[in-house]
Amino acid sequence: MKIKNEMRLDFPAAGKNESFARLVISAFVLPLNPTLEELADVKTAVSEAVTNAIVHGYADAPGTVRLHAVLYEDDTLKVDVIDNGRGIEDIALARTPFFTTCAEDERSGMGFTVMESFMDEVSVQSKPGRGTTVTLVKRLRACETESARRA
Amino acid sequence: MLSYEKYKGKLTVRLKGELDHASIAPIRAELDQLLNDPKVKHLVLDMEGVSFMDSSAIGLVIGRYKALARRGGSVSVTRTAPRVDRIFEMAGLYQIVEKRA
Ligand SMILES: Nc1ncnc2c1ncn2[C@@H]1O[C@H](COP(=O)(O)OP(=O)(O)OP(=O)(O)O)[C@@H](O)[C@H]1O
Ligand SMILES: [Mg+2]
Repeated sequence: MKIKNEMRLDFPAAGKNESFARLVISAFVLPLNPTLEELADVKTAVSEAVTNAIVHGYADAPGTVRLHAVLYEDDTLKVDVIDNGRGIEDIALARTPFFTTCAEDERSGMGFTVMESFMDEVSVQSKPGRGTTVTLVKRLRACETESARRA
Repeated sequence: MLSYEKYKGKLTVRLKGELDHASIAPIRAELDQLLNDPKVKHLVLDMEGVSFMDSSAIGLVIGRYKALARRGGSVSVTRTAPRVDRIFEMAGLYQIVEKRA
């Protein structure tokens, strides 16, 4: 599939960069004129993955989070959120609703569930001790193509 | 600084702006300060001014629910946007927290 646009951004694993990552991904998809709903879906999912990289991947220690976003010709958005942190032992377990390794910090274990419900595809690659890549995919303008198909 | 109102045992707090893991930390600290007052039995979180929210807010609400339940109190939320409802419902939050009109 042809690539329409692409960007990479590295930033330190700091809480303040959660909102920065949301702003950046919004700016990246904005030229497509996404619906407010689509924009909020993408922002929420990216926020979840970036927060996980900071609080779980690096456990609030210094590190770098990478955001790699690709926009394809058919308006599919793919975002990789990459950390070189602790990694995940059991990915299927981590994705289970309410599973958290940080209950004492008032985490609810719903981050992956939120990502899954707001994006079309969520995949996770991880190696304990090496890091984690969360890939988020969303076909934008879903409603437009939908109504065009019906017409 | 949170804007709030205390009336008898009820504390109403108006949350505003973006609620994520980073922005919630000071809000949690301030809320807990307010909840130190043992007379407070009911916490109402007014969500009207919330422009963004992720799963971090679920933990915040559940945490205050646990604290208040221990003293026989309760938590409710009000003026939630459809998105906020969607995230709270995913977590089954409305089984323990009342949603007020
Ligand atoms: N980037 C990561 N590196 C290491 N572990 C991770 C990473 N992302 C997620 N995890 C693990 O997966 C678990 C589930 O993540 P999820 O986002 O669903 O819930 P949470 O972050 O614990 O809570 P919440 O997101 O609701 O505040 C985490 O508790 C953590 O153990
Ligand atoms: Mg999370």
